[in-house]
Amino acid sequence: MSGRRAALAFWLFVGPFAAGLLAFTYVPIGWSAYLSFFDARNTVTPTEFVGLGNYADVLTDRAFLDSIGTFTVFAAFVIPTTVVLALALALLVNQVRVARAFFRSVFFLPFACSYVVASLVWKMSLFSGVDSGVANTALGWFGGQPQAWVGTVDPPLYWVVLVTARLWLQLGFYMILFIAALQRIPAHLYEAAWTDGASPRWQTFRHVTLPGLRGALVAVLTLNLINAYQAFDEFYNILGDSRGYPPFARPPLVYLYYTSLGSGGQDLGRGSAGAVVLALVIALATLLSGRVLRRAG
Amino acid sequence: MGVELDRRSFLVVAGLLGLTACGSNTGREGSAEGTLRHWYHAYGEDGVQDAVRRYAAAYPDARVEVQWNPGDYDSKIMTALQNSAVPDVFEAQVKVDWVRQRQVVPLGDLLGQTRDDFVRALLDSQTVDGELYGIPQAIDTQVLYYRPSLLEKAGLTPPWTVDELLDAARRLTTDGVRGLFAGNDGGVGVLTAPLLWSAGLDLLSEDGKAPGFDDPRAAEVFGKLRELHRGGGLLLGAPTDWADPGAFVDGLAAMQWTGLWNLPEITEAHGDDVGVLPFPRLDADGAESVPVGAYSAMVNARSADVDAAKAYVKWLWVDKTEYQTEFATAFGAHLPARRSLAERAEPLRDGPGKRIAELVTAGGRIASPARWSARANTALSDAVSRIAREGADPAAELRTALDVARDEIARLDR
Repeated sequence: MSGRRAALAFWLFVGPFAAGLLAFTYVPIGWSAYLSFFDARNTVTPTEFVGLGNYADVLTDRAFLDSIGTFTVFAAFVIPTTVVLALALALLVNQVRVARAFFRSVFFLPFACSYVVASLVWKMSLFSGVDSGVANTALGWFGGQPQAWVGTVDPPLYWVVLVTARLWLQLGFYMILFIAALQRIPAHLYEAAWTDGASPRWQTFRHVTLPGLRGALVAVLTLNLINAYQAFDEFYNILGDSRGYPPFARPPLVYLYYTSLGSGGQDLGRGSAGAVVLALVIALATLLSGRVLRRAG
Repeated sequence: MGVELDRRSFLVVAGLLGLTACGSNTGREGSAEGTLRHWYHAYGEDGVQDAVRRYAAAYPDARVEVQWNPGDYDSKIMTALQNSAVPDVFEAQVKVDWVRQRQVVPLGDLLGQTRDDFVRALLDSQTVDGELYGIPQAIDTQVLYYRPSLLEKAGLTPPWTVDELLDAARRLTTDGVRGLFAGNDGGVGVLTAPLLWSAGLDLLSEDGKAPGFDDPRAAEVFGKLRELHRGGGLLLGAPTDWADPGAFVDGLAAMQWTGLWNLPEITEAHGDDVGVLPFPRLDADGAESVPVGAYSAMVNARSADVDAAKAYVKWLWVDKTEYQTEFATAFGAHLPARRSLAERAEPLRDGPGKRIAELVTAGGRIASPARWSARANTALSDAVSRIAREGADPAAELRTALDVARDEIARLDR
C-alpha cells in the first residue's frame, strides 16, 4: 500500500513538470530536428523530404556564417570583461564595512530590470542620436561632436551601446555568484597565508581567493558562454526595427527568428537546421571551454 | 510495485498530458456556430478600431467578430494560416507561398462591374498566376515632406534629382537640425525601392520572372546613398523611426521621408509650411516615384464557411462604398483604393493631400510585389546596408543579392 501511495505521490509531484517538459521542450526539439530535413515553408506538417538540403543552405548562407563568426568574437570579448568586472565588484562589495547590503542591492538591481525596457532606455534616451541625448550631452561637455551611436557603423559605435547595456544588466547577477563563493572561502586560510608571510593583496588573492573561486568561475564562464550565443533581447530591441535587422551585429538567434518566424516567409525547415547547427556550436564551445578550464586548474 | 500501480501512475501522467493537449487553442471557443472572425492589425490612428467594429456589427447576414491584433501581425497571420480555421477574413498583402500552399482563396469573382474602378496596380499586386486573392482596402504611400521656409532660407529649390536631394540634405543641416530623415537605418529600409525606380530599375522585371536590378546603374544609385551617408546631412538615431512624424514635427530634420498617414499631424504642427515631393529621379533615364502598398481583405481557405466569408468581404469591401471612403480618409490620411471614391474624398481636394493623390496617379509603384520574397528582400537590404553604411563595394554586394533573388524566383516556379 505504501509503495502504491509513494508511486502516486511521486507522479503527482513530478508528473506536471515532466508533462510540461515533454510537451513544451522535448517534443518541440524533436519536431524541430524533424522539420530540418523537410521543405517546411509556412507549415509544421511538411511532406517534401529534402535530406540535408536545409543544412547545406544555412551552412553556405553568408548571413548565418557571419552571425556565428560575429558572436564568437563577441563572446571572446564580453566573457572576460564580464568575469573581470563582476569579480572586481564582488571583491569591492565584499570588503566594504558599512552598508554592504545596500551596495550589494545597488549593483544587483539592474538584473531585475527587463532587457526590453533597458534596451529602449539605452536606445532612445542614453544613446539617442539627437544632440540632446544623454551620451551626446556628456560628449558636448568635453568638446566632442554629437554621435548617432546606434546608427554609426564606421567606427562601429553601436557596439558601445550593446555592450554597455549587456554589462549593466548582467554584471550584478554574476557579482552575487562571486560574493556567495567568496563568503564560502574559510577565513582560516587567509590567516594561515598571512602567517606564512603572503602579501595581503596580490599573493593571497592569487593563491587563496582565486583557487577558492574555481567552482564559481566555471559556472560564470559557462553561463556567459551560452548567454553570448543566445543573445537576442537587447540586440533585437536596439538594432531591429519594423523593417528588419541590419546585416551587422546580427545574433544567430535573430537570424533564425527572421528565417523561421519573420513576417514575409516562414521557412521552418531552414530555421530548424540553423537551430540544430547553433546548438552544436554552443555544445562544442562549452565542451572546449570546460576542457581548457580543467587543464588550467 | 505491481502492474496495476504502474498502470495507475501511467494514467495520472496520461491525464496530465491530456490536460495539456486540451489546452491547445482550436480557436473555436467562445464563438457561436456561423460567426465570422475578422482580423485587423492594430492601426495607430484613433477611431479605426471603433469604425471597423461598427461595420462588422452592421453586416446583416452573419455575426462578425472583429479581432484587433497589436504587435507582430504579419507573423501571426502566417502562423494562423498554417493550420487554423481562424480568422475567416483578414487583412494582408498576398504572398505567393500562401497561394502555393492553398491557404487563401481567389476573390476575383467578387469584383464584377467594379473591377475597373479599383486602381489597376493594386489589383495586380494582389494577383498571383492570374487570380486575385485580396480586395484592396485603402492605399498607403510615402512621400518626401519638406519645410518650404527652410529651403528658402538656405537658398534652395525643391530637389527633383537625386544629386539635388543630396545637396539639399547637406545644406539644410544646421546646428541641431539635420537635412533629411529617412529612418534610423539611414534609408536602407524605405529608400531601396525608390532608389531603384529613380534609376529606371525595379525589384523584379516586368513579368516577375527575373530580378529587376541586374544592371550597373543599380551600383551607381546605391553609391548615391553611400554619398548621402557620408555627407553628414542625414539624421540617424532619432527617438522615433521613419513611420512616425516625430522627427519632422519636432524640427530634428528639415525633410523627412514618411507616410501619407502622417499628413494630419504634420500639417497640424507646421501649418502651411509643408511641401511634398516624390522620390527624385537619378537622371533622365529614371523616374520620380512614390511607393504604394495596400492591405487587402483576404479569405482563409480553412475557414469553416468560405462562401459566407466571401459574401461578407464583398459586402464590406466592394458594396459599402461609404464605409470604404470613411475607412480610408477619416482616420489619418490614406487614399481610397477606388478611383471613383478618391475623386470625391474631402481631405484630398486641396493642399498637400491633393498633391499626394496626384503623385500616386503619376508615379505610384508597388512597394512589395507578391513575387518579391522575404528572403530576396533581406539579401538586397543587407547588400544596400553594407554599401551605404559600411562602404562595401556596390557591384560585389549586389551580385550576392542577385544570386539569392534568382534562387527565390526559381523556387516560386518549381
